[in-house]
Amino acid sequence: MKKVLEISNLKKYYHTMSEETLALKDISFDLYEGEFISIVGPSGCGKSTILSILSGLIEKSSGTIKMEDKTIAYMLQNDSLLPFLTILDNCLIGLKVTKNLTKENKDYVIHLLNTYGLGDFINNYPSSLSGGMRQRVALIRTLAVKPDILLLDEATSALDYQSSLAISEDIYKIIKNEKKTLIMVTHDIGLAISMSDRVIVLTKRPSEVKNIYQIELDNKSTPINNRKDKNFSKYYEMIWRDLDVHV
Amino acid sequence: MYMYSLEHTNYLKKRKKEKRIITTFRILIIFIFLIIWELLARFNIINTFLFSSPSRIINTIIKLFNTKELFKHIGITLYELLISFSLASIVGIIIASILWRYEKLSKVVDPYITIINSLPKVALGPLIIIWVGASMNSIIVMALTISLFTTIINIYTGFINVDKNYIIMLKSFKASEFDIYRRVILPSNILNIFSTLKINISMSLIGVIMGELLVSKSGLGYLIMYGSQVFNLDLVISSIFILGIISYIMYLLVDKINILLKKKTNYL
Repeated sequence: MKKVLEISNLKKYYHTMSEETLALKDISFDLYEGEFISIVGPSGCGKSTILSILSGLIEKSSGTIKMEDKTIAYMLQNDSLLPFLTILDNCLIGLKVTKNLTKENKDYVIHLLNTYGLGDFINNYPSSLSGGMRQRVALIRTLAVKPDILLLDEATSALDYQSSLAISEDIYKIIKNEKKTLIMVTHDIGLAISMSDRVIVLTKRPSEVKNIYQIELDNKSTPINNRKDKNFSKYYEMIWRDLDVHV
Repeated sequence: MYMYSLEHTNYLKKRKKEKRIITTFRILIIFIFLIIWELLARFNIINTFLFSSPSRIINTIIKLFNTKELFKHIGITLYELLISFSLASIVGIIIASILWRYEKLSKVVDPYITIINSLPKVALGPLIIIWVGASMNSIIVMALTISLFTTIINIYTGFINVDKNYIIMLKSFKASEFDIYRRVILPSNILNIFSTLKINISMSLIGVIMGELLVSKSGLGYLIMYGSQVFNLDLVISSIFILGIISYIMYLLVDKINILLKKKTNYL
């Protein structure tokens, strides 16, 4: 498989008037084409910081990010659908901003909305949609700009447990159908194992890579089925131990 | 026609009845007030020279109307109101936008805007008359000093309080500042801008009347001033009465636009 992203010795400080916080101490990992990787770690360890740096929202302090000529799109934790735009216009906003709103791209967005069960809501406003549907719209808005690599930040954490399971199933199908490469950040170990090819475990802040697990399940299928795999709990236990959670 | 259930029909009836009662009482209050006023005047319980009476007010307005003075004065006041309101709104929105775009600038000027805004503007009246001249211009400038800074502060506050997540979302697509302004900041603030304009229109009216009291040779403010100087209190109270009607009509207009706007933005 082709390597599309190589991150080495990434370091990030946050600065305030009173102090300097080292959020990322030393992060290195690779990403291969078509791969689905998850980053898990204790809360506040800087998982989201990695995505923010990769998407260009914030600057890294040091380290190198080598990327093939790829485009990146970032799906944030919050769906951030604009309440005054219809579902279609919300999905087109990335294309408008990047000045790529062609007939072809618009048709692609409409195709995505139709394919993933939102065809009837194209002209609705976000307030009429359920949390799970909003999340799907946010994903399609991210896919609209046809990124090679997708970054997902806690895409399901705002939802209740059942909706979260259902939407992770949807997201998984969409990502696989559209053949995207993806980095997902989550605090949910089960979600990470059930969806990913590899899981990267971070230490608490200042974070480093503690372990990287290649997830090998007997019958790899969709996230919900993967949870029933006998290896699932094995990985769950190992990662749980790595995270060293104390409440 | 769609038939409602009995319960719903009763509910509608009840709501309509409530509405009727409220309207009746509203009208009743003004009638009772006017009748008592008139009676007190007729029976010489109050001094009509000082307090006038509804019938004297009507006479005064008819006299003004007959000499074609009435509409001239109302027209001039409305004209000044329109100019100062539009100026304050447009300039206010532009300045608020500049302050939003240049955060450092907004931090620099913030204390000055606060000070100027809390300053009693009447205090500036004499200065403005000397600087701008005793003309309509100084009335408009005076109205501006009253309405402009509130407009800036309200609209700017709305701009910077837009949910940061929307901005981050757009930035993740590498949006320019102008894109953020045009696609998120402005549209999120339609209702805020409108409610600011609502305040602005009454602030402008205060400013215009204040200006007319100080300098002008026409307008409702002038009529009030002139009336008090020649001790024609009928004229003063009539002018105030007309001002009240103008304010009410403005309120109705704004309310209508508000309802329209709410309908258009019912997605929120």
